[in-house]
Amino acid sequence: MATVENLPSETQERPIGFGRLKRKEDARFIRGKGTYLDDIRLPGMVHGAVLRSPFAHARIVSIDTSRALAHPGVAAVVTAKDLETLGLAWMPTISYDTQAVLAGDKVRFQGQEVAFVVATDEYTARDALQLIDVEYEPLPAVVNARKALDPDAPLIRDDKSGQTDNLASPTWEAGDEDAADRAFAEADTVVTRDIIYPRCHPAPLETCGMIADFNPQTGQLNIYNGNQAPHAHRTVYAHVAGLAEHMIRIQCNDIGGGFGNKVPVYPGYVCAIAGSIVAGVPVKWVEDRSENLMSTGFARDYVMHAEMCSKDGKITGLRVDVIADHGAFDSTAQPTKFPAGFFHIVCGSYDLEAAHVKVKAVYTNKAPGGVAYRCSFRITEAVYLVERMVDALAVEMGVDPIELRMNSFIGPEQFPYETTTGWTFDSGNYAETMKVAMDIAGYDDLRREQAEKRARGELMGIGVSFFTEGVGAGPRKHMDILGLAMNDGADLRVHPSGKAVVSISAQTQGQGHETTFAQIVAEELGIPPEDVQVRHGDTDRSPYGLGTYGSRSTPVSGAAVAVVSRKVRDKARLIAATMLETRPEDLAWEKGRWYVKGDPEKAAKIEDISVRAYSGEPLPEGMEGGLDAQVIYDPPNLTYPYGAYIAVVDVDPETAAVTVRRFIAVDDCGVRINPMIVDGQIHGGLAEGIGIALMEVITFDEEGNCLNGSFMDYLIPTALECPDFELGETVTPCPHHPLGAKGVGESPNVGSPPAIVNAVIDALHESHGVTHIDMPCTPARVWAAMQGRPEPPQ
Amino acid sequence: MQVTITINGEQVARDVEPRQLLVHFIRDTPGLTGTHWGCDTSNCGACVVLMDGQPIKSCTTLAAMCEGHEIRTVESLETGGELDPIQQGFHEKHALHCGFCTPGMLMTTRALLDENPNPTDEEIRTAISGGICRCTGYKNIVAAVQWAAQHEAATRQEV
Repeated sequence: MATVENLPSETQERPIGFGRLKRKEDARFIRGKGTYLDDIRLPGMVHGAVLRSPFAHARIVSIDTSRALAHPGVAAVVTAKDLETLGLAWMPTISYDTQAVLAGDKVRFQGQEVAFVVATDEYTARDALQLIDVEYEPLPAVVNARKALDPDAPLIRDDKSGQTDNLASPTWEAGDEDAADRAFAEADTVVTRDIIYPRCHPAPLETCGMIADFNPQTGQLNIYNGNQAPHAHRTVYAHVAGLAEHMIRIQCNDIGGGFGNKVPVYPGYVCAIAGSIVAGVPVKWVEDRSENLMSTGFARDYVMHAEMCSKDGKITGLRVDVIADHGAFDSTAQPTKFPAGFFHIVCGSYDLEAAHVKVKAVYTNKAPGGVAYRCSFRITEAVYLVERMVDALAVEMGVDPIELRMNSFIGPEQFPYETTTGWTFDSGNYAETMKVAMDIAGYDDLRREQAEKRARGELMGIGVSFFTEGVGAGPRKHMDILGLAMNDGADLRVHPSGKAVVSISAQTQGQGHETTFAQIVAEELGIPPEDVQVRHGDTDRSPYGLGTYGSRSTPVSGAAVAVVSRKVRDKARLIAATMLETRPEDLAWEKGRWYVKGDPEKAAKIEDISVRAYSGEPLPEGMEGGLDAQVIYDPPNLTYPYGAYIAVVDVDPETAAVTVRRFIAVDDCGVRINPMIVDGQIHGGLAEGIGIALMEVITFDEEGNCLNGSFMDYLIPTALECPDFELGETVTPCPHHPLGAKGVGESPNVGSPPAIVNAVIDALHESHGVTHIDMPCTPARVWAAMQGRPEPPQ
Repeated sequence: MQVTITINGEQVARDVEPRQLLVHFIRDTPGLTGTHWGCDTSNCGACVVLMDGQPIKSCTTLAAMCEGHEIRTVESLETGGELDPIQQGFHEKHALHCGFCTPGMLMTTRALLDENPNPTDEEIRTAISGGICRCTGYKNIVAAVQWAAQHEAATRQEV
């Protein structure tokens, strides 16, 4: 019988530890036997649906729920008034702001939650939404971040005492302004650009939803909810709902993608919990695609002004002034002490003399969020900006964009490298990685081909980007979210038979943790990965930790698993010494066994040691039985993966349609635990980057109507828009990570948009004088740029 | 209204609202939650099943329209404990991450190989372009379909 477990493998490679191990989780997914949220049905379960605001900004005059309540099958209709009695009308956001669970006074964005219906089935619940009568008094809306602070802009957050304008957070600065001014005064070339990173959306294929199951007899609240940080969510619900944290259990099961969208707590979740507490039965709520796109965590929306300068052929300084558009509530996901996330990594991979960064944030009548869409806390915006600016500078200087980068890179001998804005880069050899990308691309040949095509009137562009990310947040002395240190736990139990269960606090949304983390234990203990079960996604059965986003699984949780495995190995050594009647220091380790130095035949294997650990036989003096260990890992620093990307695009002169013909990605993410999964992560992120660069955008009209509320209008690349990606690698281990790994999940999304936009501009600069275009590079927008009318996104 | 649909060879008869979508009819059948819903608008393809051998999007098909038709879902691919080569290919080539689009991709590409046992990469990309995968960037899906095509060709030669 062919099963996934015994399929004929193409490669003979069956790694004990690191290597291209095929995934354990595939077995259920290829049979359609995953357990996603909507697949779960509990006895007596009822269904919720959310009524949403049609207006971006309006006062609520009245809400009449009587017709909906009278509809057959409707159990309850909940409004802000009902939630006020439970103390649940407002909830805290992860950025210390507040957000309305259901709007009571007024609505502040189109799609905002106004009422929650509970009914026997989803069709009935949605029917009842049509029967709720809400009288609105429309108010002027502001959707443009640049206009949000105008004196005549409507005040959005009149619920906040003392708030007199739409400033969401005051100006936050990094770097040295005086030093930056000096660098610019001494520069020989300066370029200035206004660059927008438009609002886009992670849009995981599975939308958000929850089943809340409150048991009034026991007080236990069971939550089924695919989210990226179950332990943190449990703590938030304990605070929000006033429930005891130990009586809340969150089970994630399988998650159909997250990409940052499943980090926040959404009003629909709180409604489902409130509904179950009130009704005493399980309540399921699953949003539809429009609800997902129009109301849940968006990404980016950074309006940036930047200046970059050079001297003697080398980049020397950078000044950046940003307006961050947070929408109606500040629910940006970022460590507390970093109100602009890690945006100040904007000095990039370059040895700058000075940089200065200013970021202020505004409220607008748009959905809240500000989550990372596959990026580590605003690093995508930073990398986009610096890589666009380097290209602009290269054009101004009349030099090749790679030459300017090569002249300006931080040198390999400079690591660990302190950036001018306060980061300590761990390791790197940037020029080497750039050269590998140039070799794969055949860079010189591409430039020759481009010149030939230009002579024929064809529009071909070559775009480069080089990024350095800071991932794996983070050290507890610097980083927390809502007061929770950004650490992760691991709990490893080796059973008497030598089979192991490792429980982790990271939360896969498709990243293959059940395979990768088993490989880490396998590598460290020398047992086969199929003998290691990875347990996750259940707060009752995994140690506390902050979950998976910001590429932190391998940097933090992976390190925790390595460390806990080594603790078990150390205990095994002591037991082995007793078994072999020798001293622990006389033993040496090789994969899977401790042996006597000088007498390698005399050895104890892990599976023999585990038998002993649980047996009635003597153990070392004072040692407890069993073979297990626990750790909480506190990373000493972020890890800094980097990469060199080259995009080759063709622009149709007649239609302005952009085709990404080739994409070369050379990533250095340190040691690769499962190179197959690493490659897969890069492929996926590149596709998202193509989407962001060419088609994905959430825009609004002046009244605040969302213009991209379905997949008819929020365009996502298909197989036809993605080229056959060409990958390469260099390996520069992280010096402080126990495995030398750096994390990779977000790198391709971070690095690819600037390469593509640089390529589009490269295609159009000589023939059409284009020096700037904002994303997405749709045919209409590229056409406008070709006519000399570059337009900002709405 | 009463609707009878053959799903994976079994007749399923049920009293449904005329507006009930096929995807919900299928998912309400015990054990058949492999067909997913992702977008409402026929864009994402997570809901693709085969109707009389042709891939259709079950989120924009009414159950009532399938009266008397044969529907195949992802759960039918494995027979007698034997995985379909397309399932094997997806595993071998790491053509899935989160697994949510996978059932739709599997059924779409099963139909492709039934019609065209030896597709080019471009033909595979065109065939799956009615679906969205947010995770894989499609490269490994193309490789998985080629893997399945080659293994099916080898099996035909043996027979």
